[in-house]
Amino acid sequence: MASNPYFSLAVLFVAALGFGLTPLALAWLWAKVFSPAKPNAVKNAIYECGLVSKGDAWMQFRSAYYLYAIIFLIFDVEAVFLLPFAVAFTGLGAAACGAMLVFVLLLIEGLAWAWAKGVLTWA
Amino acid sequence: MAVDEGLKIELGKQGVLVTTIEELYNWGRKNSVWPMQFGLACCAIEMIATTMARYDLARFGAEVFRPSPRQADLMIISGTVTKKMAPQVVRLYNQMAEPRYVIAMGACAISGGPFKEGYNVLKGIDRYIPVDVHIPGCPPRPEALIQAFMLLQKKIDGQHLTGPDRPRFLDAEAQGEFPVPVQGEHDLEPASNPGVWTVPVVIR
Ligand code: SF4
Repeated sequence: MASNPYFSLAVLFVAALGFGLTPLALAWLWAKVFSPAKPNAVKNAIYECGLVSKGDAWMQFRSAYYLYAIIFLIFDVEAVFLLPFAVAFTGLGAAACGAMLVFVLLLIEGLAWAWAKGVLTWA
Repeated sequence: MAVDEGLKIELGKQGVLVTTIEELYNWGRKNSVWPMQFGLACCAIEMIATTMARYDLARFGAEVFRPSPRQADLMIISGTVTKKMAPQVVRLYNQMAEPRYVIAMGACAISGGPFKEGYNVLKGIDRYIPVDVHIPGCPPRPEALIQAFMLLQKKIDGQHLTGPDRPRFLDAEAQGEFPVPVQGEHDLEPASNPGVWTVPVVIR
């Protein structure tokens, strides 16, 4: 058996298991012998700020929120590009300015479209 | 079980360490008491100062202030407990894992302090939960809190693992839950926990 090439691996595996399980077993034994568990409703309550929690944690969010997430992207992406644009503005050629304007207008068009569709009004 | 103190010192001089499980257990516990991050009024400022560089509570192994009662061993009642706050304090105490300790810091936590006559201040948190160390003062200085802490360490050190005088958390029969008071029409109900505090009889 000891000549098996996997023998040392098996020994290490058992040692690793023991390393992890011994403290757990000791803790369990300690609790069994010395310190009794005394759970109660207050102790097992969920929330931990001292107040009684109200309602259920399993609440639902409206799926309509995804529209807001998408519209948020318009501003998000715009801000990322507007900053370098503003910094480099004085050194830009007409072509670069034109490209940037097209980009911004495209985004604005998306916003205008969403607005026209009434997405921004909360139903 | 018990090793003779003199013999222990003699053996120590020869480089032999004699100890008991109880001693090791208490030694470990008293040097790593994690207080709960929980301040109620002006006294809390002194408690914060105690943990900072100048007073350095970390020297006693108690610098880890936990924001959750599940991870805390020690509740420092640092300030005025209003009747609105008392149920929350008691609930948090209940949610702490055993063994748990309480330091009542300052006149307010002990008795209501300067606001004792007030209609909305609890006249001492020891009406609802067992307090291990009281520190007088308004506010107590950080040194006083450190002293209270050292007293608590001494108390932890003296607790027995077995036997009739073992602490509450090692006793399966002992009370584990401390009822949370509710807001009644005029006052908290009940006005005190009879298992913790006996209403003094006023002799006129
Ligand atoms: S004892 Fe004094 S310092 Fe402390 S909370 Fe009360 S009033 Fe404030």
